[in-house]
Amino acid sequence: MHAAPTDVLTDTYPEDEFMADLLRVTGGLTDQTLASMMIRASADLPRRMSRFGVRFQPSLRGTLHLGRTNAFFLGGGKALMNSAYAAAERLGVRIVYEADVVGLCIRDGRFESAEVQTPHGTESIAGRTVVLAAGGFESNLDWLAEIWGEAASNFIIRGTPYNTGTVLRLMLDAGAEPVGDPSQCHAVAIDARAPKFDGGIVTRLDSVPLGIVVNRHGDRFYDEGEDYWPKRYAIWGRLVAQQPDQIAYSIIDAKAVGRFMPSVFPPIVAGSIRELGSALGIPAGTLAATIERFNAAVRPGTFDHQTLDDCRTEGLVPNKTHWAQRLDAPPFHAYPLRPGITFTYLGVKVDEHARVVMKGGLADNIFAAGEIMAGNILGRGYVAGVGMTIGTVFGEIAGRESAAFRLGVR
Amino acid sequence: MTQLTSALPTRESGHHRTPSRWTLTEVMRKAEHEMVVCNACRYCEAYCPVFQAMEQRVTFQSADLTYLANLCHNCGECLYACQYAPPHEFNIDVPRTLSRVRVESYESFAWPSFAAVAFRRPWVTTFVALAVGAVISFIAARTFQARDADFYKVIPHDVMVMIFGVVGLFVAAAIAVGHRRFTTIADLKGPRRSSHVASPPRPGPSPRRSATLDVLTLKHLHATGEDCVDAEEKRRPWRRWLHHCTFYGFALCFASTTVAAIYHAFGWIAPYAYTSAPVVLGTVGGLGLVIGPAGLLMLDQRRDPALTHASERALGFAFLTMLLLTSVTGLLLLALRERPYMPTLLVIHLAIVLALFITFPYGKFVHGIYRGGALLKFRREESL
Repeated sequence: MHAAPTDVLTDTYPEDEFMADLLRVTGGLTDQTLASMMIRASADLPRRMSRFGVRFQPSLRGTLHLGRTNAFFLGGGKALMNSAYAAAERLGVRIVYEADVVGLCIRDGRFESAEVQTPHGTESIAGRTVVLAAGGFESNLDWLAEIWGEAASNFIIRGTPYNTGTVLRLMLDAGAEPVGDPSQCHAVAIDARAPKFDGGIVTRLDSVPLGIVVNRHGDRFYDEGEDYWPKRYAIWGRLVAQQPDQIAYSIIDAKAVGRFMPSVFPPIVAGSIRELGSALGIPAGTLAATIERFNAAVRPGTFDHQTLDDCRTEGLVPNKTHWAQRLDAPPFHAYPLRPGITFTYLGVKVDEHARVVMKGGLADNIFAAGEIMAGNILGRGYVAGVGMTIGTVFGEIAGRESAAFRLGVR
Repeated sequence: MTQLTSALPTRESGHHRTPSRWTLTEVMRKAEHEMVVCNACRYCEAYCPVFQAMEQRVTFQSADLTYLANLCHNCGECLYACQYAPPHEFNIDVPRTLSRVRVESYESFAWPSFAAVAFRRPWVTTFVALAVGAVISFIAARTFQARDADFYKVIPHDVMVMIFGVVGLFVAAAIAVGHRRFTTIADLKGPRRSSHVASPPRPGPSPRRSATLDVLTLKHLHATGEDCVDAEEKRRPWRRWLHHCTFYGFALCFASTTVAAIYHAFGWIAPYAYTSAPVVLGTVGGLGLVIGPAGLLMLDQRRDPALTHASERALGFAFLTMLLLTSVTGLLLLALRERPYMPTLLVIHLAIVLALFITFPYGKFVHGIYRGGALLKFRREESL
């Protein structure tokens, strides 16, 4: 939130509005005490982060039009991490890379040691206090398969392959109170040709509202023009996941080419719908029929990509409610879509000191920050940038509280 | 289902294994893929003009890549910030790729065209130029015995003017043709704007003025308000300051010669006093030309090799060495101008200066010409 324009944010984003956004997307699946703590603490975040060398973009020129609610890191997430690591090293923090926590020794809600696997073998590291910041389980394909079955094998993981959820699982097994929807993950529709892991931002595709989306049978299955794409892209991951073989195809015609953010993967191009169908390996007859029905249902209107315009279809199931234009100008372009998993919601419950809540009461010396506890605030849904806000605010709290615990201040 | 990834150079075929076996098309193809990935990400847009110019384009032809490569100041911001940098399979390392494209563009603009080979063997080029310079200045020398500081007793003024006139004209012509080739190629399709990015024209200073200031201040080495990184999270001003020493040192030396030429035309004949304008300008400039190139050579030793292609590094090394030799022999000549071995020093200094001039169109010097042209194009596009 911010009460006045800053050097990195325009206008204002009041506390109430932030909270309303959060309640809306989570459907109330949020701890309001923690949420308002986070929202208030976010007001001064850019300044506090800049002390550690984190830099922000002066103004946003990108396509998401989020300049009011979101400050963007100069250089992106890796630049942020570089600054944070450099700051930690300046403070004398020892960083061990290629180290995997494979076991936690917790007795009566008290952390004693962690078993850490490194290329040099396994060692036990004792500590008087611990902060768990080990992420979710989105890159653990077996865990995903436990929930989504075979469909999970067609999911693409947008981030690092290291979010295996090992520490989360260890904590839940040790009796930590779970929080957040265990059966959900944040999934967007991304280009199916993306690498299995770590494809990141560039694999997203913004062509959906400009055309139609069909599944592998050649049928449409959802309103492509329901709302602005930045507000809708996050539901399309689930929509595609529900289709046979978890694949779909965004199809546009020549009118839409060049009207969306350039895509990293080239379109599949064909001179006719039938040709396109065979290029995509979907029944050309069905695809042609789908597009014929769609074209016939398009009502006259004035196309305007920047507003919720009056171009829509009538009498279709499902209808396309905005930006509906006939697909009649060859060449036709198609992009294959798959669900791209961003993060998972399941986490460990924490109190306002970022201290982990165990089934038998508060843990003694175990704190958590980041995605492993984000479910306390974001039980489901998503507000742009909220993951970074939770991570930063609770990172600060967990660090401060664990240091206070270690020093016996509390 | 991995069309792009299979089209991308893999880590096995990539530059860090076989740099010398890259063909022009391979380099251009890698650069094109990198720009396509960058254009879909755009997190680096606030770092420098390369990414701002990139965003005005949807496709990347050789002309675009040549322009972008010459716009790049070869800092490290975008490499260290990039989540797609090696070992990621997308293998994005923009500074080094553009560095390679840049050197290839120097080759392709060279006049006469066969002189492109000079960029591939900077040391051979330097030695050949030194040999030519030595022969010319040795032939031009009338005596190796002089007791006062009169350089023109060693090499008469008219001979000096003739030698540098001829060499200077040739060098100016070669640079002008190169610049013309660059503008023709990079401007071939005119300023471009992609159809989905619409913004009103921005009022502001003239493009020429902005581009000149960009050059004189090296604005894009500290455009974000802080110096660009030359190693991960290391922001140091040295590269910029040392470049200023070199650039302005060279400018002062040039001014010194110009003033001396004017004096001579008005009948005030050298040698000039240590407090005279030509000597003061030359001394200060000469010191800048010692500190700048020496410092840059030292920086280069510690510089992350991932940032610059070896071919460009070699060009820089040769050019800086020649600048350093020029300034050191020039200052020595000034300090020892009343000693008996002045004539020898003078001949050596002139040989080096001649060699430096001869290599201007065929070495790192041209980066200034093409960078300036690219910045002007950038400012023109920006003002549209």
